[in-house]
Parts: sequence; structure tokens; C-alpha cells
Amino acid sequence: MRPRRKRLRRIGINLLGLLVFVIMVFPVYWMVSTAFKKPIDILSFTPDFLPSPATLSNFDNAIHRPHFWSSVRNSLIVVVAVTLFSMVLAFLAALALAKFRFYGRAAFIVLIIGVQMVPLNALIIPLYVLLSRAGQVDKLTGVIVTYLTFVLPFCVWTLRGFMLGVPRELEEAAMVDGSTRFGAFVRILLPLVAPGLVATSIFAFIQVWNEFIIAYVLLQSQEKQTLTVWLAQFTTLRGTEWGPLMAAASLTALPVVGFFLLVHRRVAFGLTAGAVRG
Amino acid sequence: MSEAPSAPTTVAVGPAFAPARRPRRLGLRIGRGLVPYLLLAPAVAVIAAVLAYPLYLLGALSFQQYGLFELIRHEGKWIGTDNYSTILHDSQFWHVLLRTVVFTGLCVAFTMLFGTLIALLLVRLGGFMRLLLTSGLVLVWSMPVVVAVNIWIWMFDFEFGVVNYLLTKLHVGDYVHHDWFENPRTGLIIIGAIVVWGAIPFVAITLFAGLTQVPSELVEAASLDGAGPLRIFRDITVPILKPIFVILISLSIIWDFQVFNQVWIARGGQPTDEYFLMAIYAFVSSFRIQQYGLGSAIAVVMVLVMLVVTFVYIREMVRIGETQ
Repeated sequence: MRPRRKRLRRIGINLLGLLVFVIMVFPVYWMVSTAFKKPIDILSFTPDFLPSPATLSNFDNAIHRPHFWSSVRNSLIVVVAVTLFSMVLAFLAALALAKFRFYGRAAFIVLIIGVQMVPLNALIIPLYVLLSRAGQVDKLTGVIVTYLTFVLPFCVWTLRGFMLGVPRELEEAAMVDGSTRFGAFVRILLPLVAPGLVATSIFAFIQVWNEFIIAYVLLQSQEKQTLTVWLAQFTTLRGTEWGPLMAAASLTALPVVGFFLLVHRRVAFGLTAGAVRG
Repeated sequence: MSEAPSAPTTVAVGPAFAPARRPRRLGLRIGRGLVPYLLLAPAVAVIAAVLAYPLYLLGALSFQQYGLFELIRHEGKWIGTDNYSTILHDSQFWHVLLRTVVFTGLCVAFTMLFGTLIALLLVRLGGFMRLLLTSGLVLVWSMPVVVAVNIWIWMFDFEFGVVNYLLTKLHVGDYVHHDWFENPRTGLIIIGAIVVWGAIPFVAITLFAGLTQVPSELVEAASLDGAGPLRIFRDITVPILKPIFVILISLSIIWDFQVFNQVWIARGGQPTDEYFLMAIYAFVSSFRIQQYGLGSAIAVVMVLVMLVVTFVYIREMVRIGETQ
């Protein structure tokens, strides 16, 4: 009697898990499945739950719309620039935090954490005023510099965590062996921190790729807009064509999903680092 | 939970005689002391330029009349606390504030509730189902907000939306051609659902990671002593996970209080008054009616409200950082 009850319980729990999975994933499934449907099947009062017959026409439609490719290009330029700059700056700062004891260190850590909490939405107004003074409205450079700051603190914090993970003894051993501090840094620290650098830069990539409001305000002409702005204006431009819209949404999400699967553990780790270890 | 890079197992440690002591000059020592500051300087400079200065400017603008004319002239007119008294005497401001507080409260409550339940479920699932559900959560987590909003407005479309179809089919009621956004209240509920749906994965996965670190001996001992699952959760799990809960709740409050994209995109860039949350209100005041000073004052109020929550978050993070 006992084991049977236990087995029933286990089956029940797993069924519940399946139900939660279906509910959570359904919207994503619905996007992809709509993207592959024929237009006539989309505008139907009894929707099909499988895209059959499947078609690629929505994707074809989406990528041939005006400004799609320029938006992709702009997004890539912004993403690459922000990621590169923030990695270099964050790496240096994280190095200082992880490997040196100095006056003002604690204050800087509070600054780094606090800065992440400043609502970006509140800063749009002064940023807009400031960039219009500098003649940087509707230019990618203005957006790049702005993104840099809101990506930077998190990158510093996460990289610091990775650097703390490198045992001090390793570096000391290398130095005893006759390496200089710099030599120890290049041969010991850098290779060990490399996975952390990759994870952090992917995080920066995702943040920047997804950002909407800053780009929406600062980039006014359509040739300058990034992919999320392009996507957000998809419907308002010419009525709602759900098929192409869902195809475009899938394309926008695709690189993020790919990269995110690689690093999600580290992102969670960065936000709540060591919360339980205490 | 941490995936710190693993150290190579074999390290050649040299013979253990003390390294020859190099004579150090004073200048060199001071130079050494400067290194961390030099390393920090670029990051600090960027943060100061694009964050600290705008923050200051936000404060300054909130005391100025700053419209289109001033924007072109690059100079505002100082008007003291007029902007603040304008908004504080505006009943719309109080409505928006109240609406935002309620919206945030509900979003955070539901996010934490579902997040915790899913985390507790994950611990009990079998290996395969656990992997499946985790992957599903990560997939949802990775959806860009702009994409998520578009999916949801399509699902809730009044004509061909799958939700209306399902609700009608399941005999919940007649939802044929039901427009969810016509009534701002149900509209905001759907917008809240988008927020919660997107926020659950982070909470669930983080809490799950925390739960796996709750010592199983404690739980077993308690259940031998006759404690039920609820009692165990309240008296063992919650106290151990308290730091995580504090961080997750304060982060959620901060994120949900400044919700902008979901409303803006769901309403096609033209939300009506009833859809105004704080961030939207500040944005519309600035960019639609071109009252940047007034908008700044609203944004300052928003920052101040969140400062309290931020304080709790920073204190917890610093405390964890110290023990690390």
C-alpha cells in the first residue's frame, strides 16, 4: 500500500510539473507556431494548434520590410561597441576590487550596487536634454555611451565574483617561481577568468540587444533605429499582420535565446552571488 | 550554484625558500598604491559622466521651467519648487501613484508566490521533468520584453486571439470578440500578467538553487518530529533563505515600480490616462507635452520612493559581499 501511494504521489507531482511547463512555455510556442502558419490559418476563429501546412512566407515578409536590415546592423554595431568597451572597463575595475585592498573600496562597492538600482526610465529626460545639448540625439554614439553605464556596474560586480574564485595561492605560487606580478596575471589569472569574461560579455550583449526605451527616445529617424524599436513599431505602422509580426519577434528573440542558454546560471549567480553560502 | 572556474589540479610549486627581499624605494611603494585607483578610474569616469551628472541634472531640471523653447536654447528657467507643487496638487498624480503602488504590489506578490511554488515543485520533480521545466523557464526568461509584449497582445487579440477562443471553448463564458484592453482594469491585469510571466523564471530558478542548499538533515529531523510540510517551510526553509527572499523581493519591487515598456508597447505608444503608471506619466509629461521640468519632478518622486527599497537591497548585498 505504502509504495503504491508514494508512486501515485510522484506521478501527480510530475504531471503538475508538466502542466506548469505547458502554461509557461505556451506563449513562446504560440509565437513560433503563428510565425510558421499561413496567413489564412492565422485569421481564423478556430485556431489550429499546429502550424500545418507550415510556411516560411511570414519570415520572408518580415525580413523584406523597410529598415529591417538597417535595424539589425544598428543593433549589432551598438551591441558590439558596448560589449567591447564595457568588458575592458569592467575588467580593470573588477581587478582593482578583487585583488587590491585600498581606501575607498567599500564605498566603490556600494556605488556599483547602488548605481544598478537607479531607474533608467527616470534618467531618460536628463539624458535626452544632455545629449541634445551635445548634438548626440539621433546618433548611435549617444546610445552606446548611455548603454555603457547601465551595463557596466553589473559587469564589474560579476567579474569581481569570478576573480575572487581564483585562488590567491596560484598567483603567489607563480610569483614564487619567479614570475612578475604581471606575468602571473597573464599566465594564471587571465585564462582562469576567461569563462567569466565570456559569460559577462554575453550578458551585456543580451541587455543591450533587448533595450527599448533609450533607443526609442534617442534614435528618431528610421534608418537609425535598433531592432527592438523596429519591432515595437511593427504593428502601428500598417495595421496588425500577426504572421509577419510573430516571425519578426521570433527572429529578434533567436540570438538572445541562444546566448542565454549558455549563461543563465552565471546571471542568476551574479545577481544574488553567495546569498546562501553565508 | 556558483560555477567559478575550476583551478587546474596540478600546480608546480617551487622550492619553498623565501624569495630574496628586494629593496623597495618609497616612490615605487606609492606607485603601487595608486594602481587600484588607476584601474578604477575609467569605469568611474564613465559612470560619473553618464549617470551621476544626469542624475544631478534630473534634480536641477525638476526646479526649472524647461519646455521646447528652453530645450532649443539649452537653458532652463529657475522656478523653485513650482513643478513639485503643481504635481502634488494634481489629483492625477495621486491617482497614478496609487495605481503604480497597487500594480507593483500585485505583480511582486504574484511573482513571488508562483516563483516560490515552482521552486518547491522543482525540488520534488524527477530528473527528466526537472530538466524540462528548468529549460522552459530559461526559455521564457530569455524572451526580450518587446517580443513578450507582442506575443501577449496577439494571444489576447479581440478577434483571433487564442485566449478568447479557449475561454469560450472551455465554457468559462462568452469571450467571442471580447476586447481585454477596452476596460483599463483588465488591460492592466494583462499587462501585469506579462510582467509576472517574465519575472517568474528568475525568481523560481534562484529560489530553487537556494532550496538545494537547505540541509536535508534539518528537514528530515523536523519531519521525524512530526512537522508538516507547511511548518517545515515556515520554520526551516524561509529563515535559511531569508537573504535570498529579501534580495528577490526588493529587486522585484524596483523592477515592477518602473514598468514602462509593457504598457507602452501594448498600447501602441499611445496609452490613455487610465493606463498611466509612474514611468509612463513622467515620460508623457516630458516627451509628449514637452514639459521636461515637470516630467523630471515626477521622475524625482519616483526615484525617492524607490530609494527606500534600494537601501534594503544594498544593505543585504553588501552584507553578503562582506562574508564572501
